[in-house]
Amino acid sequence: MIAWTFTSVRVWQKTHLILLDSFERIALHWRSPWKGKIMTITKNYFTPSTSRLLLWIPPLLFLLSFFFFPLFKILTLTFNLETLTDLNNLLIARNSLLFTFYQAILSTLLTFALGLPAAILFSKFNFPGKSILRALTAVPFMLPTVVVAAAFNSIFSPRGLFSFFFPSFTQSVHPSPFILILTAHVFYNTTIIIRIVGNALSKLDLRIESSARVLGADSFRTWRYITLPLLRPSLLAAALLVFMFDFTSFGVILLLGGSQFATLEVEIYIRALQLPNLNLAALLSVIQLIFTLIFSILYTRTINQVQVQTQTAPRFSTSRPPKTLPERIFVIVLSSLLVTYFLLPLASLPIRSLTRLEADRGQRDQVQYGFTTDYYEELFINRRGSLFYVPPVQAALNSLGFAGITVILSLALGYPAAYALAKPSRLEKILDPFLMLPLGASAVMMGLGFILSFGRLIASPFFIPIAHTLIALPFVIRTLQPALASIPERLRQAASTLGASPFRVWQTVDFPILSRATLSAATFAFTVSLGEFGATLLITRPEYPTIPIAIQRFLSQPGGLNYGQAMAMATILMLLTTLSILLIEKLRFNNAGEF
Amino acid sequence: MKKLLLLTALCLLLSACAPAGPTTLTVMTHDSFAITEDVVTAFETANNVDVVFLQSGDAGTMLNKAILATDAPLADVMFGVDNTFLSRALEADIFDAYESPALSDIPAEFVLDSSFRALPVDYGDVCINYDKKYFAENNLAVPGSFEDLAKPEYNGLLVVENPATSSPGLAFMLATRAHFGDGFLDYWQSLRDNGVIVVDGWETAYYTNFSASSGQGPQPMVVSYSSSPAAEVIFASTPLTESPTTSIVASGMCFRQIEFVGILTNGQNRELAEKFVDFMLSKQFQEDMPLNMFVYPVNQTAQLPDAFTQFAQVAEQPASITYEDIAANRDAWIEAWVEVMK
Repeated sequence: MIAWTFTSVRVWQKTHLILLDSFERIALHWRSPWKGKIMTITKNYFTPSTSRLLLWIPPLLFLLSFFFFPLFKILTLTFNLETLTDLNNLLIARNSLLFTFYQAILSTLLTFALGLPAAILFSKFNFPGKSILRALTAVPFMLPTVVVAAAFNSIFSPRGLFSFFFPSFTQSVHPSPFILILTAHVFYNTTIIIRIVGNALSKLDLRIESSARVLGADSFRTWRYITLPLLRPSLLAAALLVFMFDFTSFGVILLLGGSQFATLEVEIYIRALQLPNLNLAALLSVIQLIFTLIFSILYTRTINQVQVQTQTAPRFSTSRPPKTLPERIFVIVLSSLLVTYFLLPLASLPIRSLTRLEADRGQRDQVQYGFTTDYYEELFINRRGSLFYVPPVQAALNSLGFAGITVILSLALGYPAAYALAKPSRLEKILDPFLMLPLGASAVMMGLGFILSFGRLIASPFFIPIAHTLIALPFVIRTLQPALASIPERLRQAASTLGASPFRVWQTVDFPILSRATLSAATFAFTVSLGEFGATLLITRPEYPTIPIAIQRFLSQPGGLNYGQAMAMATILMLLTTLSILLIEKLRFNNAGEF
Repeated sequence: MKKLLLLTALCLLLSACAPAGPTTLTVMTHDSFAITEDVVTAFETANNVDVVFLQSGDAGTMLNKAILATDAPLADVMFGVDNTFLSRALEADIFDAYESPALSDIPAEFVLDSSFRALPVDYGDVCINYDKKYFAENNLAVPGSFEDLAKPEYNGLLVVENPATSSPGLAFMLATRAHFGDGFLDYWQSLRDNGVIVVDGWETAYYTNFSASSGQGPQPMVVSYSSSPAAEVIFASTPLTESPTTSIVASGMCFRQIEFVGILTNGQNRELAEKFVDFMLSKQFQEDMPLNMFVYPVNQTAQLPDAFTQFAQVAEQPASITYEDIAANRDAWIEAWVEVMK
């Protein structure tokens, strides 16, 4: 322990010194009148390769200990080349891989069908309620699968709200599980497209398009030869990220579709835990990891191109109120579509948490609904005196506490990595894709790897924020890196030309940009932790139950009161996440909005 | 080398923060485990011990974790392996034998492992539950056999769980295997043709698909437990005098799940572990169990709560299938079932 503290202080001090040193060096050179010289120096931002290595130590050490080490342990135990000789195994692997690709491609296309028009809507037009609607589209991304599944069910199940309002549609509209899966994927991931493509759209220099039009290009040609090439990197990056999330989807598939829809991740879960064939599970997770790595490499490459484009960001917002009739129709139709699609499922949770189905249910087709706050009041009562009773305030505090630690941990690890990645050298280009890898690792296999690696230690409450940080870290790095990379040199130069000291330059130019990006990153880490994603599969700790655990607990026994309390807890979680998202949206800096 | 050093240092730091009480007994359970706080406290004070429950996922997940950690077990005692998983636990040799004196109150039919490595704690019957109102309103007779379920009048009315991912789902499939023998796959084919709905887990089946639950789904029949009707009354959103559901306990249509406790090999505290096993079989714990986990006590001296005697039924003749038979064929049956239902 002493050794650890000592080393970490040393590392910290050194990193700190390097940072200060680099700032000074850069600041010095800004004063140089030779533009060419500035270019060469800024290219070598944080130059010496040893100091770069030091920046990499904290995040890499973390990933080595808590990601690669457990993964290595479980794979060396279970991965076996002989698995490849069994035809049946290969058949299962092929089928699940094919289905995974099939549903992921379909989901990605559908997400684009909704996301692209939405991105245009948000980047080109101003309309009342825009910021709230924008925030709304981001909420599902952070909601745990249980809650989204419950929300969808309470709308689309044959006796859900939808059929309550439109009883005649009930039978004809009842969607198949596969449609539900696709709908939920679109619901989750539209925000990625809105953010990445929308950002690129709003940064397009309108003058280029105007010049093309003046030179006689019609609007199709302008779009084809000017806008599309400029947007291409961001479109590709968004597509890859959405595709990756759909590719590793697990909870949505199981809860809404069932295990007959076997994606790789679902098949891993079944083979590792239900039908004991750890070798096959290992083979499948290796396949999934390889594909994740390929996507990460593609993603890293395209996102680096996006950053080149962002250098020409216009100074002023390019969005305006809709003017012509077609524009107005576009805005009205699309925004009401988005409101319906996003608000309806989200609103259904609080509605169900306040609705009582009358005990004396009368005729089946006249179900009596009543208003009640019973479910919320009941949350505060431990009727059975159960040891595992979860007081709602305590669950919320636990969730918030773990989220807070996750924020600190992921920022402490994400900052050095983002600094190193801001001006990537060959080393960064190699390391970068590996940072995304935790997003593609099977939670089931990681859970088993944790047991092999840490034994009884996994009972330590520390492992909860560690598991959350594994998932939050890629987001944090993706948020900080563009902000660090896009600090405009011109601003710094202008500031120093006007006589600002290096510290003042940092204070007035770098700091405002970094503080916003930091807050964005922090809120992402925070909400990822609140929603937990697959992290609960890794470890659960009944002494410190969180809100998603409480929801699961209520849903594990029959009874109207249990169902109502699950809805009430889900509503509380939704409010917490929504508040966090609104905070991000409020603090969002136009360069820091990318993942 | 440096990495390794840092890693060990980090682990040490983490362990330094783990609870350091006088004596700690760690009990590994599945996620559905529940107990009244006073009952645990009584055991803790009587034995000067701090009991920590390590909830480790569903029964299958928990068992796999325990098997992986056989050499350095995560806990001292493990509760929640049932008779469908028992063989795997015994083959992996994760339990030490312990012939608890409390076994004297437990009928021999529950003691499946004659070498006393796994001791029975509770049982529950997995049966079809149905929506009483639906059947009354539609003047529909309640199916009295598995064969009935394949009749056209029950087309699309039953939701079951996938045996590959759900323990009640597996239990129900085993009941059909017991009844039809090798022909059970043909039977499932006919159920499939008759619009049976397969979902992944109990929660979805009960809350999304079952019509009598608060989720108000489309199917009036669901594979659940014979104790579920009692839970519907106890956890009703407005007080009920009668359960909206009841279970079909016709001969051979239910599967009896028995859950076991065992002392993990290489555990740290054998003496306390034995005491905890005795405690789980004692009248006090056995009477606390029904309302927490909605299962029946195996200890014959334990009194059932009123809600159980009033609203829940026990299957007189559960499906008969030996655990050795399950052990030998479990995985093959599941694979074959999945193939048929694809």
